[in-house]
Amino acid sequence: MRAAVRLAAWLYAIAVYGFIFLPVVVLILFSLQATSFPIPPFTGPSLRWYQAVLSDARLTSALVNSLLVAVLSSLACVTLGFLSAWGFARFALPGSALLRGLITLPLTVSYLIIGMGLLVLFNWAGVPKSLIAAGVGHVVINLPLCFAIIYSQMGDHQINIERAARDLGAPEWKVLLMITVPVMAPAIFAGFFLSMTFSWDEFVISFLLTRFETTLPVEIWNLLRSGLNPKTNAVGSLVFAVSIVLVVLFELTLLRRKTA
Amino acid sequence: MSVAGTNGRALPWALVTPALAWTLLFFVLPFIAMGLSSLTAHEGGALTLANYSQFFTNPSYWRAMVNSLEVTATVTVISIVLAYPFAWILAEQVPERWQRLALMLAVLPFWTSYVVRSYSWLLVLAQNGVINRALTSAGLIAEPLQLANTRLATVTGFVHFFVMLLTLTIFANLKQLSPSYRKAAADLGAGPVRTFLHVVLPLTLPGIMVGAFLTVVLCIGDYITPQILGGNNELVMPQLVMMQIGRRGDFPLASALSIILMAVVTVAYLACARWLKIERA
Repeated sequence: MRAAVRLAAWLYAIAVYGFIFLPVVVLILFSLQATSFPIPPFTGPSLRWYQAVLSDARLTSALVNSLLVAVLSSLACVTLGFLSAWGFARFALPGSALLRGLITLPLTVSYLIIGMGLLVLFNWAGVPKSLIAAGVGHVVINLPLCFAIIYSQMGDHQINIERAARDLGAPEWKVLLMITVPVMAPAIFAGFFLSMTFSWDEFVISFLLTRFETTLPVEIWNLLRSGLNPKTNAVGSLVFAVSIVLVVLFELTLLRRKTA
Repeated sequence: MSVAGTNGRALPWALVTPALAWTLLFFVLPFIAMGLSSLTAHEGGALTLANYSQFFTNPSYWRAMVNSLEVTATVTVISIVLAYPFAWILAEQVPERWQRLALMLAVLPFWTSYVVRSYSWLLVLAQNGVINRALTSAGLIAEPLQLANTRLATVTGFVHFFVMLLTLTIFANLKQLSPSYRKAAADLGAGPVRTFLHVVLPLTLPGIMVGAFLTVVLCIGDYITPQILGGNNELVMPQLVMMQIGRRGDFPLASALSIILMAVVTVAYLACARWLKIERA
């Protein structure tokens, strides 16, 4: 009986892993295809489609745009998220719960609707479509995450360290920069890398709010109109690889926090 | 618990104002703009409720909402049913020191773009894709099956994503359970099945509900997966919204449809609200 349960469990787990990895394996395998269609039989391995991606100016500039938007919007997110988390955790503000709820509210609204709202607002205010507009949208979606991560890590034990610094005569800005930021560094980095990941992968807000200069997911979307193409596999695999690097960095900062 | 020192009330407000201002300016204000836009006529800009009444009178718009709800409900149920045993195996059957790695692997493709993930499924499900080739060469089918551009493809793409998400939330919940609950149940004479049904399952309900809520919000609002995998055969709400902007530049109608979609999500939120709290450690 026990052995049967174990066997069934293993078979089930293998089946689910298979389902989860099937599309990823197919994506990466056929990015190495030597011929022009990413369908069986496999004719590779060949790196020609990666060369094609790297020599495509539209894709490489979209890649740089995506990185810029991800880094800058995430910096804004952790800065705003950290300052507000610190304010709410250390000071008793009137209506605190309501205001915290307001900051996390965008988490409950889909990206499409956030993008739509900004499109209508910018259209009405005469703000042209641009990467900056998309970056503003990315801050809207990621600020609640950064705030929630950093706020949830502001434990009471850290208050004592800050109080000690104040008692020794440190001004408020010095407490912030030399005590709070270093103590909170793991949560800040975790928020930063998570924001980077979501910004890097985000499509619909960038699609609605950019025009000529755009981000990588939107360029990939444009590639899809030409149907199945190993070049799309190659650029998709690259996007996936960058996401994995970001997530590993996120995991490592979380791990460090747990062992610290 | 005021530790403000000499700065009085000014400092805390200076800290929280930038984030609040950002949220008001780029989240609340756009929402108001969208609300106002939804009440104006596309031509001329006169005040009207026509955009909303269209939704209730035009059967194809209504149909899109029904499709959205059907797809979301199907995806949520299948994902929970698939993810729960998987999370349980990871938490109970995999040795402790391998669990972190096993979980990280299990959700690895979660961290890729919707666009890339949907395209990958297209490769698998296409007319001459991996599944059709495999079935044909195995002699199981003579003609390729129509898998892409169907609701089945949309649901498959969604289930793939949400199985990973629900595995995360349910796994986290299972790991938080103290073993003493199970011991107590066993001491009181409950068998493994009864222990699971009456102790473990109710205690992991929060994990299921958090995951299910996220699934509903993300699934009902996603444009990419149905557009790439489902095609234009049957539309869901986000496709309908995008169509108003893309083809017709009809912002008022797109706004009204977005607000209706958001109202539906709000109902889901209220239903799950008591499980969704962000607390300080």
